[in-house]
Amino acid sequence: MCAKTFKGGIHPHDYKHFSNHKKIEKFPAPKKLYIPLIQHIGRPAVPIVKVGDEIKKGQKIADASGFVSIPMHSPVSGKITKIGPYPHPTGTIQHAIEIENDGKNEWISKLQDDEQFMSLSPEKMKERIQNAGICGMGGAGFPTHVKLSPPENRPIDIVILNGVECEPYLTSDHRLMLENPEEIIAGLRIIMKILGAKRGYIGIELNKKDAITVFKQMLRDEKNMSVVPCMLRYPQGAEKQLIYAATKRKVPAGGLPMDVGAVVQNVGTAFAIYEALRYHKPLIERITTMSGSIVNEPKNLKVPVGTPLSQLLEFCGGTTEDIGKIISGGPMMGFALPNSDAPATKTTSGFVFMSPAEVVDTTEAPCLRCGRCVDACPMNLIPTFIAENVKNAQYDAAMKLGVLDCIECGSCGYVCPSHIQLVQWIKIGKIEVNKLKLKDK
Amino acid sequence: MNLVNVSSSPHLHEHVNVRKVMWTVVIALLPALIAAYIFFGWRSIWITILGVAAAVGTEALVQFLTKRPITVSDGSAVVTGMFLAFNLPPLTAWWIPVVGSVFAITIGKQIFGGLGYNPVNPALLGRAFLMASWPVQMTTGWATKLANAGVSTISGLKQTLITGGDAQLQNLITSATPLNVAQQIRGDIIAGTAGDSARTIFHQLSSLDYIKELFWGNIGGCIGEVSAAALILGAAILVYKHYIEWRIPISYIGTVAFLSWMVGGIDGLFSGPILFHIFSGGLILGAFFMATDMVTSPVTKKGRLIFGLGCGILTVVIRTWGGYPEGVSYSILIMNVATPLIDRLTPQKPFGFRKKSKK
Repeated sequence: MCAKTFKGGIHPHDYKHFSNHKKIEKFPAPKKLYIPLIQHIGRPAVPIVKVGDEIKKGQKIADASGFVSIPMHSPVSGKITKIGPYPHPTGTIQHAIEIENDGKNEWISKLQDDEQFMSLSPEKMKERIQNAGICGMGGAGFPTHVKLSPPENRPIDIVILNGVECEPYLTSDHRLMLENPEEIIAGLRIIMKILGAKRGYIGIELNKKDAITVFKQMLRDEKNMSVVPCMLRYPQGAEKQLIYAATKRKVPAGGLPMDVGAVVQNVGTAFAIYEALRYHKPLIERITTMSGSIVNEPKNLKVPVGTPLSQLLEFCGGTTEDIGKIISGGPMMGFALPNSDAPATKTTSGFVFMSPAEVVDTTEAPCLRCGRCVDACPMNLIPTFIAENVKNAQYDAAMKLGVLDCIECGSCGYVCPSHIQLVQWIKIGKIEVNKLKLKDK
Repeated sequence: MNLVNVSSSPHLHEHVNVRKVMWTVVIALLPALIAAYIFFGWRSIWITILGVAAAVGTEALVQFLTKRPITVSDGSAVVTGMFLAFNLPPLTAWWIPVVGSVFAITIGKQIFGGLGYNPVNPALLGRAFLMASWPVQMTTGWATKLANAGVSTISGLKQTLITGGDAQLQNLITSATPLNVAQQIRGDIIAGTAGDSARTIFHQLSSLDYIKELFWGNIGGCIGEVSAAALILGAAILVYKHYIEWRIPISYIGTVAFLSWMVGGIDGLFSGPILFHIFSGGLILGAFFMATDMVTSPVTKKGRLIFGLGCGILTVVIRTWGGYPEGVSYSILIMNVATPLIDRLTPQKPFGFRKKSKK
């Protein structure tokens, strides 16, 4: 198998064996759900219900507040009991709509089966995707209809589906690819039609050989779609790195994939797009991996958006010992949570639980100038110099060193023998540099 | 609910720390130390132990006196002590490694703030200090294994010289490393003051038989530089563990190979014995272990190539025209000083920098 990759990066131990053989299980909707008004990059949604309202499953409960925003729908039927601040899986407190599930599971309108969905116009397709409240399901969560509306001077000729899933522990995309490959391919076809793209790729890392085989088999007669087996290397799933692996095109620094005629979508997003177009189904559930060495029964769950983490953990039999760290998302880029109150959102690819012994020591030693972070950086930056400049408040120097090009993948922190919190410093640097830029304007 | 840790990503680590890196370097140096024992005997082990003990003791003492945490268990002082001893003749005076280590740790490392802040490699600074202060102790006391002495060993070469009756050279080669022999007779040959036997010796030095001896270590030299084979074995461990990276050693050795081929011969340009220059002296030790010292070498990728290139040029210049037969440690020291400048002048372009859309 001729595998593709990029320069730099690391190879973390992958820990996927906890859950990669576990079939997706449907998690029964809990008594109470908490739908955050912001589950994506963009402006938060605006509630269109009030406390005490009776709602049905699939009903829109919050509307998009602009173009770069998405609406929210209720995953259950029941009653709105509260709208207010609630823990969010980014480790912050955000406004959320609390819903009390009445257990009746009544849809607002019966799901339709629109077999002719492929004959819709691209505009109509985008509208349906926007109405379904779909955002990128890989992690960052960019509203999908925005990504599918590139400016006219940026023609898109390739679409890449991201099935790389390079984060250790996470297996939700892997299971989805094994269990719903046809729907994912249909989703890719829709995206290609919307963008008028000529070629479609599905990038999958070599540690998911079964998924590669499935897609190879299914795409063997397709002229314009193919699988790109990718080397096991983190962060292979980052957009710029994946585009480079698949096409050798380099997204310009500070630019976007569309600058090289490419659009990348997560496989989960493709699946959601298919469901939205064929069944008019809003995005109200997603596949989430529950994993970690201390989880009694690691699982891949189909979770209604808004389900509190504590309930998911209970469903997995709790933990075998005290929890040292809870991570929403993967361990390389995810957020550490102070407790298990936060709900799963549209972008929650998984929750990882670590024992106290597995928690990484964060006591910083002096930089040895070993250059390991430089070798690991997939963006060819010098993380240690950037961090040093940020520590000394030399933000201009940090900007010259390309602090804004950092994709926060965490490879530098992973290899640093002095345990310097490089990504943390760089994140601070990004905020400060952006502040300076705003001032200049 | 118990208190849960909420530190920043990444939440996984390769589990590499300073201690692990340093002790792995110590392990990687053991084959060379064993080779030193085989070829030079117990004396070389004794010198090394003295150097290490003095380095560790000094570091602990300085940290105690300056009320800083005592970090000798991280292994960096052990490495410094070993490097220093490895750069000494096996039969040198016992106090030489002690004085050298004390100087290396205090002046070379601790006055700058300890590990991570030292501008130059402490062990090399210690050696330079010894070289300047006690040149006799630093350039005599060479030993060779006499067991299988033939023409291909240094003592054998000396024998050839004496019986060959080339009186001029006899005095030069009283006791020396092969590089010393080569530099001296090369100078005489080019100046036209040496006879035919000198030419023969030079060719013998570069013969494949002799290169084999060089490679395995059946020669005179400093404690740690004797066996190229043992050093390469140790370096392989560090390369495998990704503790050293290819750029510095390869550009260093490559530069030395090319330049010594160009100017290191006796039959005009491009006649130099490449393998002789690579495997003799401290080049292998220097290129894989000393030049790659994390703290004092550039962090940028291009910077590392320039660093190796600079070391290579200086080494050949000193070896060929300098006052010392060996240029490795001075070259690295000089390039250490240039490291901050190199890092400054070689910023890396971020991935996709200034590339216009390819469409």
